[in-house]
Amino acid sequence: MTEDGCLVGEFFFSGNEACTEGAISAGCRFFGGYPITPSTEIAERMSERLPEVGGAFIQMEDEIASMAAILGASWGGVKAMTATSGPGFSLMMENIGLGLMTETPCVVVNMQRAGPSTGLPTLTGQGDMMQARWGSHGCYGIIALSPDSPQELFDLTVKAFNLSETYRLPVLVMSEAAVGHMYEKVVIPPPGEIEVVHRRKPTVPPEKYLPFKPDADLVPPMANAGEGYHFHVTGLTHDERGYPASSVEVQDKLVRRLVDKVYKNADKIIEVEEDRVDDAEVVVCAYGISARVSRIAIEHARDMGIRAGLLRLITVWPFPEARVRDIARQVKAFIVPEINYGQIALEVERCAGGAARTILVPHMGGGVHNPETILDVIRQAVR
Amino acid sequence: MKAMTGPKEHPLDIYLRAERLPHIWCPGCGIGIILNSFFRGLMESKLDLDKVVMVSGIGCTGRAAGYVNLDSFHTTHGRAIPFATGMKLANPELKVVVFSGDGDLFAIGGNHFIHAARRNIDMTVICVNNFNYGMTGGQLGSTTPLGARTTTSRTGSIEQPMNIPYLAAASGAVYVARWTAAHVGKLERTITEALLKKGFSLVEVISPCPTYYGRMNKQAAGLEQMRYYRDNSVIKHGIDPKHAAIEYQGEIIVGKFVDIERPYLPYPQDREWQINLR
Ligand SMILES: Cc1ncc(C[n+]2csc(CCOP(=O)(O)OP(=O)(O)O)c2C)c(N)n1
Ligand code: SF4
Ligand SMILES: [Mg+2]
Repeated sequence: MTEDGCLVGEFFFSGNEACTEGAISAGCRFFGGYPITPSTEIAERMSERLPEVGGAFIQMEDEIASMAAILGASWGGVKAMTATSGPGFSLMMENIGLGLMTETPCVVVNMQRAGPSTGLPTLTGQGDMMQARWGSHGCYGIIALSPDSPQELFDLTVKAFNLSETYRLPVLVMSEAAVGHMYEKVVIPPPGEIEVVHRRKPTVPPEKYLPFKPDADLVPPMANAGEGYHFHVTGLTHDERGYPASSVEVQDKLVRRLVDKVYKNADKIIEVEEDRVDDAEVVVCAYGISARVSRIAIEHARDMGIRAGLLRLITVWPFPEARVRDIARQVKAFIVPEINYGQIALEVERCAGGAARTILVPHMGGGVHNPETILDVIRQAVR
Repeated sequence: MKAMTGPKEHPLDIYLRAERLPHIWCPGCGIGIILNSFFRGLMESKLDLDKVVMVSGIGCTGRAAGYVNLDSFHTTHGRAIPFATGMKLANPELKVVVFSGDGDLFAIGGNHFIHAARRNIDMTVICVNNFNYGMTGGQLGSTTPLGARTTTSRTGSIEQPMNIPYLAAASGAVYVARWTAAHVGKLERTITEALLKKGFSLVEVISPCPTYYGRMNKQAAGLEQMRYYRDNSVIKHGIDPKHAAIEYQGEIIVGKFVDIERPYLPYPQDREWQINLR
């Protein structure tokens, strides 16, 4: 452990433990949450770890309050996070919207379980991927990441904080029970080797500070409460001063920017992993635990002489549209195994634009695909 | 953005974002009077204005955050208290004031109120109780008196209203007071006390909404409601707030009901205290 309480070294961690340590290493010093399987271990570990590093932990009365609390904490000047699962994610939606509208950096971890409703509380699912994109009302850009291992839960939680501080928005870590409860080796590098980003501060005196005037990257510098700027923040449509303005023009300018700050920076945000896509005739596009299962199917397909490849979405939102469009020109089909009845498959199909077929391999949740099932679809696709 | 400082017309100008005026409130509305008392109470408290934050929810009252020259947050309906809780725990140096309406704090946000009072989070909550939802057109709320007419209880409310001071005291608030918009001097002094109190303080202020509640209940002008407050308020400091329920067109019991000490959060010697507990 370092002097400031961060862990360093090799550990045998669950995904949830790795996620907690990723947050601590990224500088998270506030957690507000409400227990829910399969994310509870994150709250439990945070309640021990945060006091050790000088942070604050609070178990709120529900997920609505948890989400509100992390927004407040972030404006208080502290990196903040919550963790939940489906039912809690639904309750967080309104305040995720407030976070997007007020450009509040924070991280929301969703350890997905099978829904709808209470569904299968202890068993895995990937049914909240579209909710992550569109769940709060109105138009906005969003960033969502999908880790496929405990190591990546560490790495992507750090990345989520960095993206949230860079682009000033809630960043979603869309993991699932199967990864949160998986135990594997996790390597935590020394602090100097972990990239940690902090929000850009204003460089002008309080009288000149326009809290919602963006820099060239479309992101405004951010003052924290208590620093003497006396700024106003509202969920109402607001101008660059942060003042409410109910006009179509101000709405247009603001909402376009909220969407564009994600889309126009998409190249810098998006991360995918590709395996043997270059010569592929069929590409499996998958994320999270489904990508791990897909690897087995692809291996078998290659053994059979089928040129199969993997496009693993590490960033799910913004969707890697350009890459999927490119690959579509080269392959016969995309195969999309996901633990829902077709969500990301719709995006793949949209971007493929008819150049390649998109074949969904659905799973209603509670378990992961059998690699054989995916293999069968690969074989049919190249026939 | 900090509001520009120019020649001062009025000692309270430094508290207002003058460029945002005129405000949205109706003539005769009590919210402006109460905000004015808040400014005077704040001035008297001598708190460092750089460290005072106002958090509001949604409603006519919730718009107050947009007019104060402080770091101010206009959040979502009902969620000002949990937002303020996160901010206070993240930065204990801040003095966090929640300024919002009865519907915001006690209907949609009621559960958060109970839990913040129970935890005794060090913050001040000022509730403007106008017995209805002003912003959405004067509907029934959780404080509408039994029998009062609103746009969703046209023949008179059939629901038992909430007694805010009683709920606050039972939930664990260490400071509980009620005044009306006709008690500006007393309200100012109470606000100063509440701001300086360590722990969760609640100030309820009964306020005219002439546009809806007044019009529906034969007090169409703000002045008539103010006259009613003046003639029907009874000061009873220190009484058990159980006896402070408000009846339709009846007596309004006002005063300071609770002023006690108990450990609050964030506890200043948090670490030591937790270690001692182990
Ligand atoms: C989630 C949600 N539901 C409903 C509304 C609509 N709404 C706005 S203000 C309000 C009631 C406000 O009443 P109160 O808090 O008493 O404030 P007042 O306007 O009376 O000052 C409602 C229902 C909303 N903004 N958000
Ligand atoms: S509707 Fe009622 S509460 Fe709202 S501003 Fe008008 S008088 Fe005040
Ligand atoms: Mg009201």
